Amino acid sequence: MSADNDVIISVKDLCKHYNGGEIKALDGVTTDIRKGEVVVVIGPSGSGKSTFLRSLNLLERPTSGTITFEGQDITSPSTDINKLRQNMGMVFQHFNLFPHLTIMKNMTIAPIKLRGISKQDAEKKALELLGKVGLQDRAMSYPSQLSGGQKQRIAIVRALAMDPEVMLFDEPTSALDPEMVGEVLEVMKQLAKAGMTMVCVTHEMGFAREVGTRVIFMDCGRIIEENTPEEIFTNPQNERLQSFLKKVL
Amino acid sequence: MYTKKANQILIIGIIALLLSWLPGPGIACAVVALIMYTKNKGARSLIRTDVGRGLSIIAILISAVVAIYLLLFRPLLVMPAWLASLREAFYQTKFYAEFENNFLIDNRYTYIKKGLTVTFEVTFFAVLLGIVLGVIVALVRSSYDTLKEELKGGIGKGILFVLYKICGLYLTVIRGTPVVVQLMIIYFVIFASSNNKILVAVLAFGINSGAYVAEIIRGGIESVDKGQFEAGRSLGFGYVRTMALIIIPQAFKAVLPALANEFIVLIKETSVSGYVGLQELTKGGDIIRSRTYSAFMPLIAVAIIYLLIVIFFSWIVSLIERRLKSSER
Repeated sequence: MSADNDVIISVKDLCKHYNGGEIKALDGVTTDIRKGEVVVVIGPSGSGKSTFLRSLNLLERPTSGTITFEGQDITSPSTDINKLRQNMGMVFQHFNLFPHLTIMKNMTIAPIKLRGISKQDAEKKALELLGKVGLQDRAMSYPSQLSGGQKQRIAIVRALAMDPEVMLFDEPTSALDPEMVGEVLEVMKQLAKAGMTMVCVTHEMGFAREVGTRVIFMDCGRIIEENTPEEIFTNPQNERLQSFLKKVL
Repeated sequence: MYTKKANQILIIGIIALLLSWLPGPGIACAVVALIMYTKNKGARSLIRTDVGRGLSIIAILISAVVAIYLLLFRPLLVMPAWLASLREAFYQTKFYAEFENNFLIDNRYTYIKKGLTVTFEVTFFAVLLGIVLGVIVALVRSSYDTLKEELKGGIGKGILFVLYKICGLYLTVIRGTPVVVQLMIIYFVIFASSNNKILVAVLAFGINSGAYVAEIIRGGIESVDKGQFEAGRSLGFGYVRTMALIIIPQAFKAVLPALANEFIVLIKETSVSGYVGLQELTKGGDIIRSRTYSAFMPLIAVAIIYLLIVIFFSWIVSLIERRLKSSER
């Protein structure tokens, strides 16, 4: 394993099998994610890219292999996964805001209950974050009163309210109306510019090209090709990547 | 503008209630309030959607009934002669004779009154017990389903597995046998040495209701989108806190009407408590029947009382449902 100090998440030989090995969602994935990187995972549907992302904070339990986060093997049973998840923000395709809580409560419930931050401090921080995404006037609204794009921006800042080391994005724009994709990508771009480490599963090739520092192409549960965006998009080596890019670009 | 009208109706209704000991003015106010209520559609719908206002409409109705009762039986003001002779004529009817025989002689109405109290007592405590049992069983069953992957082996999984099996057995047995049989087994077999019939009834109906409540709540928990659970866990909440802070509040909101309906069903189910000699509402009516050998009045009276209770609580449930729907938008 790489002894590089910059490595935040180190994944080794990750496998996820269903039906006793009949279906291999992940089939030996090995990669490192370094501090400040924006890793974009692309690939056809069913390629295992979502499973890979969800394994990183153990929403999917891998069948075998190891994931090391901040020097701890998170797959070992003795690890306190709840503690580690506090340092990994996650944004979902379907937002998953809590519909019974206001935006403010959505954003402060975790910092107050898990980090032990006072209510005033948590609310101050939440307003600050809401200001950054232009939604401070919606603090007292309920999620059902917001548009899809607004919900996803809230979901991003909800995760940021915990001051995570890494942000994981699981197809954050796939459930949005086309006109709302831009506002969410803009927030993600700013986040990347501010130096956040990000792992992002997406179909937005423009985003991958512009913001990504590294692109991973997956198919059939394996990493097929892994390179800088320029190399991936202008000089793809593998023919599966070539045909994939032909279809999506 | 309807708000103003609705408030006027309410004020007149409250005056009617206050004046109901004075038959004339009391009835007049109640009638005015009722006419305004029935005539004014906007004010009516406003009153219907609001629990507090709706309750005061019931106050108006009660005040009308009280006023009419006082007018007929305890005239405080001088009663006109034509009304007095009308009353005499009413006293001579067969209907009144039956009424007197079944409810007034020997204070027989107290069987119904005391029975009603017992019915409410048993239902209330049985509902509490049922909800406590139901929540526990629902949590055990749904947490086993979600946690069996996460807890790989170990003592925690063993305990949970045993609890899961016990809960499954409980549901199968309770839902597979009639409630009367369960009641009789608890009274004649398990608590053979005790004579506290109310306790036995509370236990029997509470344990019975718990099984149904458990399935209602489990349905509620399962109806919450799986993404909510994942979102809670991804923020760093453990299983218990995710359930308590995120899943249960949403599930409870979804099943509140179903729970209230379970309560209504339970009120009617307690009518079989007579099998162990508990003198609740139904048994009270039955005792009167056995004393007077006339079945019509006491049994119809019992039926009407159940019906009124059920209509009242169904109305409350519909208000709750409307309130929940409007808060979701």
